Amino acid sequence: MTGEQNPLKRSLPKIITVLFLSLLVTSFQLNEKTRKEFKNAESNEKCLKCHGQSKYSFENTESGEKVFRRMYSEAIVERDLYYESNHRQFKCTDCHSEDYDTFPHPGRLRMESKYACNDCHGDDPAYEKFKFMQIEEEFQASVHSTKHSDDFTCWMCHNPHTYRISARTEEIVKDIVAYDNAICLDCHGDISRYQLLVDKENPNILKRHEWLPNQKLHFGNVRCIECHARINDSLLVSHNIQPKAKAVKLCVECHSTNSLLAASLYKFKIKEHRNKAGFFNWEMMKESFVIGANRNYYLGIASIIMFCLVLAAISIHARLRIIKKKH
Amino acid sequence: MAEKIYLYPVWTRIWHGINAILILLLILTGVSMQYSDPEFNLIRFDFAVSIHNYSGVFLTFNYLFFFIGNLVTSNGRHYRFSWKGLYERLKAQFIYYTFGIFRNESPPFPVQKERKFNPLQQFTYVIAMYILLPVVVITGWAYLYPEILFDRIFGGSGLKVNDFIHVLTGFFLSFFLFVHVYLCTIGATFVSNFKSIVNGYHESH
Repeated sequence: MTGEQNPLKRSLPKIITVLFLSLLVTSFQLNEKTRKEFKNAESNEKCLKCHGQSKYSFENTESGEKVFRRMYSEAIVERDLYYESNHRQFKCTDCHSEDYDTFPHPGRLRMESKYACNDCHGDDPAYEKFKFMQIEEEFQASVHSTKHSDDFTCWMCHNPHTYRISARTEEIVKDIVAYDNAICLDCHGDISRYQLLVDKENPNILKRHEWLPNQKLHFGNVRCIECHARINDSLLVSHNIQPKAKAVKLCVECHSTNSLLAASLYKFKIKEHRNKAGFFNWEMMKESFVIGANRNYYLGIASIIMFCLVLAAISIHARLRIIKKKH
Repeated sequence: MAEKIYLYPVWTRIWHGINAILILLLILTGVSMQYSDPEFNLIRFDFAVSIHNYSGVFLTFNYLFFFIGNLVTSNGRHYRFSWKGLYERLKAQFIYYTFGIFRNESPPFPVQKERKFNPLQQFTYVIAMYILLPVVVITGWAYLYPEILFDRIFGGSGLKVNDFIHVLTGFFLSFFLFVHVYLCTIGATFVSNFKSIVNGYHESH
Protein backbone atom coordinates (compact mmCIF):
# COMPACT_ATOMS: atom_id res chain seq x y z
CA MET A 1 0.00 0.00 0.00
CA THR A 2 1.39 3.41 -0.99
CA GLY A 3 0.02 4.94 2.16
CA GLU A 4 -2.86 7.25 1.23
CA GLN A 5 -2.96 9.80 3.99
CA ASN A 6 -6.10 10.81 5.78
CA PRO A 7 -7.14 14.24 4.28
CA LEU A 8 -7.64 15.69 7.77
CA LYS A 9 -4.14 14.54 8.80
CA ARG A 10 -2.68 16.08 5.66
CA SER A 11 -4.26 19.47 6.23
CA LEU A 12 -3.60 19.53 9.99
CA PRO A 13 -0.35 21.58 9.75
CA LYS A 14 -2.17 24.13 7.58
CA ILE A 15 -5.09 24.33 10.02
CA ILE A 16 -2.70 24.83 12.96
CA THR A 17 -0.80 27.53 11.04
CA VAL A 18 -3.99 29.38 10.13
CA LEU A 19 -5.30 29.15 13.70
CA PHE A 20 -1.97 30.35 15.11
CA LEU A 21 -1.79 33.28 12.68
CA SER A 22 -5.37 34.33 13.36
CA LEU A 23 -4.63 34.16 17.10
CA LEU A 24 -1.53 36.28 16.56
CA VAL A 25 -3.44 38.81 14.49
CA THR A 26 -6.26 38.92 17.05
CA SER A 27 -3.84 39.57 19.88
CA PHE A 28 -2.42 42.56 18.03
CA GLN A 29 -5.81 43.98 17.21
CA LEU A 30 -7.79 46.32 19.32
CA ASN A 31 -10.39 44.47 21.31
CA GLU A 32 -14.00 45.62 21.39
CA LYS A 33 -13.99 46.51 25.08
CA THR A 34 -11.04 48.86 24.68
CA ARG A 35 -12.62 50.36 21.55
CA LYS A 36 -15.79 51.18 23.51
CA GLU A 37 -14.11 52.34 26.71
CA PHE A 38 -11.55 54.71 25.21
CA LYS A 39 -12.86 57.31 22.81
CA ASN A 40 -9.55 57.73 21.02
CA ALA A 41 -8.73 54.04 20.77
CA GLU A 42 -9.89 53.86 17.17
CA SER A 43 -7.76 56.76 15.95
CA ASN A 44 -4.78 55.62 18.09
CA GLU A 45 -4.89 52.34 16.22
CA LYS A 46 -3.49 54.15 13.18
CA CYS A 47 -0.26 54.54 15.17
CA LEU A 48 -0.44 51.39 17.24
CA LYS A 49 -0.84 49.06 14.27
CA CYS A 50 2.91 49.66 13.85
CA HIS A 51 4.00 51.04 17.23
CA GLY A 52 1.93 48.56 19.22
CA GLN A 53 4.11 45.57 18.39
CA SER A 54 7.64 44.51 17.75
CA LYS A 55 7.39 44.50 13.93
CA TYR A 56 5.63 46.52 11.29
CA SER A 57 5.12 46.31 7.56
CA PHE A 58 4.82 48.73 4.67
CA GLU A 59 4.77 48.59 0.94
CA ASN A 60 8.00 49.44 -0.83
CA THR A 61 6.84 52.02 -3.39
CA GLU A 62 9.79 51.22 -5.69
CA SER A 63 9.39 47.45 -5.86
CA GLY A 64 5.75 47.20 -4.82
CA GLU A 65 6.72 44.47 -2.31
CA LYS A 66 5.47 44.22 1.25
CA VAL A 67 8.39 44.79 3.60
CA PHE A 68 8.63 43.77 7.24
CA ARG A 69 10.80 45.66 9.73
CA ARG A 70 11.45 45.34 13.45
CA MET A 71 10.13 48.20 15.59
CA TYR A 72 12.76 49.98 17.66
CA SER A 73 12.00 48.92 21.26
CA GLU A 74 11.87 52.48 22.64
CA ALA A 75 9.21 53.31 20.06
CA ILE A 76 6.89 50.48 21.05
CA VAL A 77 3.77 51.40 23.04
CA GLU A 78 2.10 48.37 24.55
CA ARG A 79 -1.67 48.69 24.23
CA ASP A 80 -2.48 46.91 27.52
CA LEU A 81 -0.17 49.13 29.54
CA TYR A 82 -1.20 52.30 27.69
CA TYR A 83 -4.90 51.74 28.29
CA GLU A 84 -4.21 51.21 32.01
CA SER A 85 -2.04 54.30 32.27
CA ASN A 86 -2.97 57.81 33.45
CA HIS A 87 -2.93 59.11 29.87
CA ARG A 88 -5.14 56.36 28.49
CA GLN A 89 -7.84 58.74 27.23
CA PHE A 90 -5.42 60.73 25.09
CA LYS A 91 -4.98 60.36 21.39
CA CYS A 92 -1.40 60.04 20.22
CA THR A 93 -1.48 63.37 18.41
CA ASP A 94 -2.53 65.21 21.59
CA CYS A 95 1.15 65.06 22.51
CA HIS A 96 2.82 64.19 19.21
CA SER A 97 2.74 66.15 15.97
CA GLU A 98 -0.18 65.66 13.54
CA ASP A 99 2.51 65.24 10.89
CA TYR A 100 3.05 61.70 12.16
CA ASP A 101 -0.07 60.88 10.16
CA THR A 102 2.14 60.59 7.09
CA PHE A 103 4.39 57.61 6.44
CA PRO A 104 7.35 57.48 6.15
CA HIS A 105 7.39 60.00 8.99
CA PRO A 106 9.22 63.21 8.07
CA GLY A 107 12.79 63.16 9.42
CA ARG A 108 12.47 66.55 11.13
CA LEU A 109 9.94 65.04 13.54
CA ARG A 110 12.84 63.34 15.30
CA MET A 111 13.70 66.78 16.63
CA GLU A 112 10.19 67.28 17.98
CA SER A 113 10.35 68.73 21.48
CA LYS A 114 8.51 66.72 24.11
CA TYR A 115 6.11 68.10 26.65
CA ALA A 116 7.09 68.08 30.32
CA CYS A 117 4.50 67.26 33.03
CA ASN A 118 3.89 70.86 34.00
CA ASP A 119 3.29 71.97 30.41
CA CYS A 120 -0.13 70.39 30.85
CA HIS A 121 -0.56 69.86 34.59
CA GLY A 122 1.15 72.96 35.95
CA ASP A 123 -1.70 75.45 35.90
CA ASP A 124 -4.63 73.11 35.58
CA PRO A 125 -6.90 73.41 38.67
CA ALA A 126 -8.17 69.88 37.97
CA TYR A 127 -4.77 68.52 38.96
CA GLU A 128 -4.16 70.88 41.87
CA LYS A 129 -4.36 68.16 44.50
CA PHE A 130 -1.37 66.41 42.91
CA LYS A 131 0.77 69.54 43.48
CA PHE A 132 2.76 69.23 40.27
CA MET A 133 4.54 72.55 40.77
CA GLN A 134 5.77 71.46 44.20
CA ILE A 135 6.84 68.11 42.77
CA GLU A 136 8.86 70.05 40.18
CA GLU A 137 10.58 72.05 42.96
CA GLU A 138 11.35 68.83 44.85
CA PHE A 139 12.75 67.26 41.72
CA GLN A 140 14.94 70.30 41.04
CA ALA A 141 16.44 69.91 44.53
CA SER A 142 16.98 66.17 44.13
CA VAL A 143 20.15 64.41 42.96
CA HIS A 144 18.31 63.37 39.82
CA SER A 145 18.31 67.02 38.79
CA THR A 146 21.42 68.44 40.44
CA LYS A 147 23.74 65.61 39.36
CA HIS A 148 22.44 65.26 35.82
CA SER A 149 21.85 67.40 32.78
CA ASP A 150 18.46 68.64 31.62
CA ASP A 151 18.12 65.32 29.82
CA PHE A 152 16.87 63.94 33.11
CA THR A 153 13.19 64.78 32.85
CA CYS A 154 10.05 63.42 34.48
CA TRP A 155 9.88 60.84 31.69
CA MET A 156 13.05 59.14 32.91
CA CYS A 157 10.99 57.64 35.75
CA HIS A 158 7.41 58.17 34.60
CA ASN A 159 6.96 56.73 31.14
CA PRO A 160 4.08 58.78 29.70
CA HIS A 161 2.76 55.75 27.81
CA THR A 162 2.62 53.42 30.81
CA TYR A 163 2.76 55.43 34.04
CA ARG A 164 -0.18 55.14 36.41
CA ILE A 165 -0.59 56.45 39.95
CA SER A 166 -0.41 53.74 42.58
CA ALA A 167 -0.13 55.28 46.08
CA ARG A 168 -3.73 56.54 45.94
CA THR A 169 -5.28 53.67 44.08
CA GLU A 170 -3.65 50.36 45.03
CA GLU A 171 -5.33 48.51 47.89
CA ILE A 172 -2.34 46.33 48.75
CA VAL A 173 0.75 48.17 49.94
CA LYS A 174 3.05 45.47 48.56
CA ASP A 175 1.71 46.24 45.06
CA ILE A 176 2.56 49.93 45.50
CA VAL A 177 6.05 48.92 46.63
CA ALA A 178 6.61 46.56 43.70
CA TYR A 179 5.36 49.11 41.13
CA ASP A 180 7.35 52.03 42.52
CA ASN A 181 10.56 50.07 43.07
CA ALA A 182 10.39 48.80 39.51
CA ILE A 183 10.57 52.45 38.38
CA CYS A 184 13.88 52.91 40.25
CA LEU A 185 15.23 49.57 39.04
CA ASP A 186 14.44 50.47 35.43
CA CYS A 187 17.68 52.47 35.50
CA HIS A 188 19.44 51.37 38.69
CA GLY A 189 19.09 47.73 37.73
CA ASP A 190 19.75 48.14 34.01
CA ILE A 191 23.17 49.41 32.94
CA SER A 192 22.05 50.31 29.40
CA ARG A 193 19.47 52.77 30.72
CA TYR A 194 21.68 53.92 33.61
CA GLN A 195 24.51 54.81 31.25
CA LEU A 196 22.24 56.96 29.08
CA LEU A 197 23.05 59.77 31.49
CA VAL A 198 26.28 58.75 33.26
CA ASP A 199 29.46 57.02 32.19
CA LYS A 200 30.22 55.27 35.45
CA GLU A 201 29.44 51.69 36.41
CA ASN A 202 25.97 51.07 37.84
CA PRO A 203 26.40 50.22 41.53
CA ASN A 204 25.24 46.74 42.51
CA ILE A 205 22.08 47.39 44.51
CA LEU A 206 22.21 44.10 46.43
CA LYS A 207 25.86 44.57 47.45
CA ARG A 208 25.35 48.21 48.43
CA HIS A 209 22.52 47.13 50.73
CA GLU A 210 24.31 44.17 52.29
CA TRP A 211 24.31 45.96 55.64
CA LEU A 212 20.52 45.93 55.68
CA PRO A 213 19.18 43.07 57.86
CA ASN A 214 16.52 40.92 56.16
CA GLN A 215 17.27 42.59 52.84
CA LYS A 216 14.69 40.57 50.92
CA LEU A 217 11.92 41.52 53.34
CA HIS A 218 12.85 45.18 53.22
CA PHE A 219 13.00 45.25 49.41
CA GLY A 220 9.58 43.61 49.12
CA ASN A 221 7.85 45.72 51.75
CA VAL A 222 9.19 49.26 51.50
CA ARG A 223 9.92 51.51 48.57
CA CYS A 224 13.43 52.72 47.74
CA ILE A 225 12.22 56.30 48.35
CA GLU A 226 11.37 55.50 51.99
CA CYS A 227 15.09 55.79 52.76
CA HIS A 228 16.37 57.69 49.73
CA ALA A 229 13.95 60.64 49.53
CA ARG A 230 13.46 63.44 52.02
CA ILE A 231 9.93 63.34 53.41
CA ASN A 232 7.76 66.28 52.48
CA ASP A 233 4.68 66.63 54.66
CA SER A 234 2.62 68.32 51.99
CA LEU A 235 3.36 65.82 49.22
CA LEU A 236 2.05 62.28 49.07
CA VAL A 237 5.13 60.97 47.29
CA SER A 238 8.38 62.77 47.91
CA HIS A 239 10.48 63.46 44.80
CA ASN A 240 13.51 64.92 46.56
CA ILE A 241 15.92 62.02 46.12
CA GLN A 242 18.89 62.52 48.43
CA PRO A 243 22.58 61.73 47.92
CA LYS A 244 23.43 58.31 49.34
CA ALA A 245 25.20 59.84 52.35
CA LYS A 246 21.89 61.34 53.42
CA ALA A 247 19.85 58.15 53.04
CA VAL A 248 18.06 56.86 56.14
CA LYS A 249 20.33 54.35 57.87
CA LEU A 250 19.05 54.47 61.42
CA CYS A 251 16.72 51.51 61.91
CA VAL A 252 14.66 53.26 64.61
CA GLU A 253 13.56 55.95 62.19
CA CYS A 254 11.13 53.35 60.87
CA HIS A 255 11.18 50.83 63.71
CA SER A 256 9.48 52.99 66.32
CA THR A 257 5.98 54.22 67.03
CA ASN A 258 6.83 57.47 65.31
CA SER A 259 7.85 55.53 62.22
CA LEU A 260 8.87 57.43 59.09
CA LEU A 261 6.73 54.96 57.17
CA ALA A 262 3.62 56.62 58.58
CA ALA A 263 4.65 59.81 56.79
CA SER A 264 5.64 58.09 53.58
CA LEU A 265 4.46 54.66 52.44
CA TYR A 266 1.38 54.57 54.69
CA LYS A 267 0.62 58.28 54.55
CA PHE A 268 -2.36 58.01 52.19
CA LYS A 269 -3.95 55.07 53.98
CA ILE A 270 -3.47 56.67 57.39
CA LYS A 271 -5.08 59.88 56.18
CA GLU A 272 -7.98 57.93 54.74
CA HIS A 273 -8.60 55.67 57.72
CA ARG A 274 -7.64 56.97 61.12
CA ASN A 275 -6.60 54.62 63.93
CA LYS A 276 -9.61 52.97 65.47
CA ALA A 277 -8.35 49.78 67.05
CA GLY A 278 -6.01 50.85 69.83
CA PHE A 279 -2.89 50.28 67.80
CA PHE A 280 -0.40 53.08 67.38
CA ASN A 281 -0.02 52.34 63.70
CA TRP A 282 -3.12 50.44 62.79
CA GLU A 283 -2.94 51.03 59.04
CA MET A 284 0.66 49.81 59.02
CA MET A 285 -0.17 46.82 61.16
CA LYS A 286 -3.12 45.75 59.00
CA GLU A 287 -0.85 44.85 56.15
CA SER A 288 2.64 44.55 57.48
CA PHE A 289 4.70 43.94 60.54
CA VAL A 290 7.38 46.43 61.55
CA ILE A 291 9.17 45.60 64.79
CA GLY A 292 8.98 48.55 67.16
CA ALA A 293 6.26 50.29 65.15
CA ASN A 294 3.40 47.85 65.46
CA ARG A 295 2.63 48.19 69.14
CA ASN A 296 -0.68 47.59 70.76
CA TYR A 297 -1.49 50.41 73.15
CA TYR A 298 -3.60 48.24 75.47
CA LEU A 299 -1.07 45.40 75.52
CA GLY A 300 1.63 47.94 76.40
CA ILE A 301 -0.43 49.34 79.30
CA ALA A 302 -1.37 45.83 80.51
CA SER A 303 2.27 44.72 80.53
CA ILE A 304 3.34 47.81 82.50
CA ILE A 305 0.56 47.21 85.06
CA MET A 306 1.54 43.53 85.36
CA PHE A 307 5.18 44.47 85.73
CA CYS A 308 4.35 46.99 88.50
CA LEU A 309 2.15 44.44 90.30
CA VAL A 310 4.91 41.81 90.25
CA LEU A 311 7.47 44.32 91.56
CA ALA A 312 5.04 45.55 94.24
CA ALA A 313 4.30 41.99 95.41
CA ILE A 314 8.02 41.18 95.58
CA SER A 315 8.78 44.43 97.45
CA ILE A 316 6.00 43.90 100.02
CA HIS A 317 7.02 40.27 100.56
CA ALA A 318 10.69 41.20 100.96
CA ARG A 319 9.85 44.06 103.33
CA LEU A 320 7.73 41.76 105.52
CA ARG A 321 10.56 39.18 105.61
CA ILE A 322 13.03 41.84 106.73
CA ILE A 323 10.67 43.12 109.43
CA LYS A 324 10.04 39.57 110.64
CA LYS A 325 13.77 38.82 110.75
CA LYS A 326 14.45 41.89 112.91
CA HIS A 327 11.94 40.76 115.52
CA MET B 1 25.73 23.13 110.84
CA ALA B 2 23.43 23.17 107.84
CA GLU B 3 23.07 19.93 105.93
CA LYS B 4 24.35 19.99 102.33
CA ILE B 5 22.76 17.96 99.54
CA TYR B 6 24.35 17.60 96.10
CA LEU B 7 21.42 18.64 93.89
CA TYR B 8 22.77 20.27 90.78
CA PRO B 9 25.04 18.11 88.58
CA VAL B 10 27.64 19.91 86.48
CA TRP B 11 25.64 19.75 83.24
CA THR B 12 22.57 21.41 84.80
CA ARG B 13 24.74 24.16 86.25
CA ILE B 14 26.37 24.81 82.87
CA TRP B 15 22.99 24.78 81.15
CA HIS B 16 21.48 27.08 83.81
CA GLY B 17 24.35 29.58 83.62
CA ILE B 18 24.19 29.83 79.84
CA ASN B 19 20.39 29.98 79.96
CA ALA B 20 20.47 32.83 82.49
CA ILE B 21 22.87 34.93 80.40
CA LEU B 22 20.95 34.33 77.16
CA ILE B 23 17.53 35.00 78.71
CA LEU B 24 18.80 38.27 80.18
CA LEU B 25 20.23 39.32 76.81
CA LEU B 26 17.01 38.35 75.05
CA ILE B 27 14.82 40.28 77.49
CA LEU B 28 16.99 43.40 77.34
CA THR B 29 17.27 43.40 73.54
CA GLY B 30 13.63 42.37 73.12
CA VAL B 31 12.37 45.23 75.29
CA SER B 32 14.74 47.60 73.51
CA MET B 33 13.33 46.62 70.09
CA GLN B 34 9.72 46.57 71.22
CA TYR B 35 9.98 50.08 72.68
CA SER B 36 12.50 51.46 70.18
CA ASP B 37 12.52 55.22 69.89
CA PRO B 38 14.80 57.57 67.93
CA GLU B 39 15.04 59.81 71.01
CA PHE B 40 16.02 57.07 73.42
CA ASN B 41 17.23 53.59 72.69
CA LEU B 42 18.19 51.18 75.42
CA ILE B 43 20.40 49.39 72.89
CA ARG B 44 21.04 50.57 69.30
CA PHE B 45 18.37 48.91 67.15
CA ASP B 46 20.66 47.03 64.75
CA PHE B 47 22.84 45.81 67.67
CA ALA B 48 19.71 44.75 69.52
CA VAL B 49 18.49 42.81 66.45
CA SER B 50 21.85 41.02 66.02
CA ILE B 51 22.26 40.21 69.72
CA HIS B 52 18.65 39.02 69.92
CA ASN B 53 19.06 36.80 66.84
CA TYR B 54 22.32 35.20 67.99
CA SER B 55 21.09 34.76 71.55
CA GLY B 56 17.91 33.14 70.26
CA VAL B 57 19.87 30.65 68.16
CA PHE B 58 22.17 29.78 71.09
CA LEU B 59 19.17 29.51 73.41
CA THR B 60 17.65 26.94 71.04
CA PHE B 61 20.75 24.74 71.22
CA ASN B 62 20.98 25.24 74.97
CA TYR B 63 17.32 24.28 75.30
CA LEU B 64 17.90 21.12 73.27
CA PHE B 65 20.82 20.32 75.59
CA PHE B 66 18.47 20.69 78.58
CA PHE B 67 15.65 18.74 76.91
CA ILE B 68 17.90 15.81 75.94
CA GLY B 69 19.70 15.96 79.32
CA ASN B 70 16.38 15.57 81.10
CA LEU B 71 15.51 12.62 78.85
CA VAL B 72 18.75 10.70 79.36
CA THR B 73 19.55 11.54 82.99
CA SER B 74 17.57 11.22 86.21
CA ASN B 75 17.18 15.02 86.39
CA GLY B 76 14.03 14.69 84.26
CA ARG B 77 12.14 13.14 87.19
CA HIS B 78 12.08 16.52 88.94
CA TYR B 79 9.91 17.84 86.11
CA ARG B 80 7.32 15.06 86.34
CA PHE B 81 4.42 15.50 88.72
CA SER B 82 1.17 13.79 89.50
CA TRP B 83 -2.05 15.68 88.79
CA LYS B 84 -3.62 13.90 91.77
CA GLY B 85 -3.58 16.22 94.76
CA LEU B 86 -1.75 18.89 92.79
CA TYR B 87 -4.13 21.67 93.80
CA GLU B 88 -3.72 20.88 97.50
CA ARG B 89 0.07 20.77 97.19
CA LEU B 90 0.18 24.05 95.29
CA LYS B 91 -2.16 25.64 97.84
CA ALA B 92 -0.05 24.43 100.78
CA GLN B 93 3.12 25.86 99.22
CA PHE B 94 1.38 29.13 98.31
CA ILE B 95 0.07 29.53 101.88
CA TYR B 96 3.59 28.88 103.18
CA TYR B 97 5.06 31.60 100.92
CA THR B 98 2.32 34.12 101.80
CA PHE B 99 1.76 33.41 105.50
CA GLY B 100 3.76 30.51 106.92
CA ILE B 101 7.13 32.02 106.12
CA PHE B 102 6.31 34.99 108.37
CA ARG B 103 5.26 32.70 111.23
CA ASN B 104 8.55 30.78 111.11
CA GLU B 105 6.69 27.62 110.00
CA SER B 106 8.68 24.82 108.43
CA PRO B 107 8.32 24.57 104.64
CA PRO B 108 5.66 21.98 103.75
CA PHE B 109 7.88 20.40 101.09
CA PRO B 110 11.49 20.76 102.23
CA VAL B 111 14.22 20.16 99.65
CA GLN B 112 15.45 16.56 99.56
CA LYS B 113 17.67 14.56 97.27
CA GLU B 114 14.52 13.18 95.61
CA ARG B 115 12.61 16.48 95.72
CA LYS B 116 14.67 19.26 94.25
CA PHE B 117 11.66 21.52 93.70
CA ASN B 118 8.63 22.27 95.86
CA PRO B 119 5.25 21.76 94.05
CA LEU B 120 4.89 25.44 93.13
CA GLN B 121 8.42 25.55 91.72
CA GLN B 122 7.90 22.27 89.91
CA PHE B 123 4.62 23.42 88.35
CA THR B 124 5.91 26.81 87.21
CA TYR B 125 9.23 25.36 85.96
CA VAL B 126 7.35 22.82 83.84
CA ILE B 127 5.19 25.60 82.35
CA ALA B 128 8.23 27.80 81.76
CA MET B 129 10.52 25.11 80.35
CA TYR B 130 8.07 22.88 78.48
CA ILE B 131 5.48 25.40 77.28
CA LEU B 132 6.66 29.02 77.34
CA LEU B 133 10.26 28.48 76.26
CA PRO B 134 9.43 26.20 73.30
CA VAL B 135 6.73 28.69 72.21
CA VAL B 136 9.10 31.64 72.36
CA VAL B 137 11.83 29.65 70.56
CA ILE B 138 9.54 28.46 67.75
CA THR B 139 7.98 31.91 67.20
CA GLY B 140 11.49 33.38 67.33
CA TRP B 141 12.70 31.07 64.55
CA ALA B 142 9.58 31.96 62.59
CA TYR B 143 10.78 35.58 62.68
CA LEU B 144 14.11 34.49 61.20
CA TYR B 145 12.46 32.68 58.28
CA PRO B 146 9.05 34.34 57.89
CA GLU B 147 8.87 33.84 54.13
CA ILE B 148 9.08 30.06 54.53
CA LEU B 149 7.18 29.42 57.73
CA PHE B 150 4.22 31.72 57.47
CA ASP B 151 3.07 30.90 54.00
CA ARG B 152 2.99 27.28 55.03
CA ILE B 153 1.59 27.54 58.53
CA PHE B 154 -0.36 30.70 59.14
CA GLY B 155 -1.05 32.20 55.74
CA GLY B 156 -1.11 35.93 55.17
CA SER B 157 -1.57 37.24 58.70
CA GLY B 158 1.06 34.98 60.24
CA LEU B 159 3.56 37.68 61.20
CA LYS B 160 1.10 39.55 63.38
CA VAL B 161 -0.11 36.42 65.16
CA ASN B 162 3.49 35.34 65.61
CA ASP B 163 4.47 38.74 66.97
CA PHE B 164 1.63 38.74 69.48
CA ILE B 165 2.47 35.24 70.75
CA HIS B 166 6.23 35.89 70.85
CA VAL B 167 5.96 39.19 72.73
CA LEU B 168 3.30 37.93 75.15
CA THR B 169 5.29 34.76 75.95
CA GLY B 170 8.41 36.89 76.32
CA PHE B 171 6.62 39.03 78.88
CA PHE B 172 5.46 35.99 80.85
CA LEU B 173 9.01 34.62 80.87
CA SER B 174 10.28 38.00 82.09
CA PHE B 175 7.80 37.92 84.99
CA PHE B 176 8.83 34.35 85.73
CA LEU B 177 12.46 35.49 85.87
CA PHE B 178 11.70 38.22 88.41
CA VAL B 179 9.73 35.90 90.69
CA HIS B 180 12.27 33.08 90.22
CA VAL B 181 15.21 35.28 91.25
CA TYR B 182 13.30 36.68 94.23
CA LEU B 183 12.19 33.28 95.51
CA CYS B 184 15.80 32.12 95.31
CA THR B 185 16.56 34.58 98.10
CA ILE B 186 14.42 32.38 100.35
CA GLY B 187 17.00 29.87 101.49
CA ALA B 188 19.24 29.07 104.45
CA THR B 189 20.67 32.54 103.89
CA PHE B 190 19.84 35.29 101.39
CA VAL B 191 22.50 34.05 98.96
CA SER B 192 22.69 30.33 99.71
CA ASN B 193 20.52 29.30 96.75
CA PHE B 194 22.64 31.41 94.40
CA LYS B 195 25.75 29.65 95.74
CA SER B 196 24.04 26.27 95.25
CA ILE B 197 23.56 26.77 91.51
CA VAL B 198 27.29 27.55 91.28
CA ASN B 199 28.77 24.81 93.50
CA GLY B 200 25.97 22.24 93.11
CA TYR B 201 25.25 21.80 96.86
CA HIS B 202 21.96 22.81 98.40
CA GLU B 203 22.16 24.16 101.91
CA SER B 204 19.17 23.21 104.09
CA HIS B 205 17.61 25.56 106.63
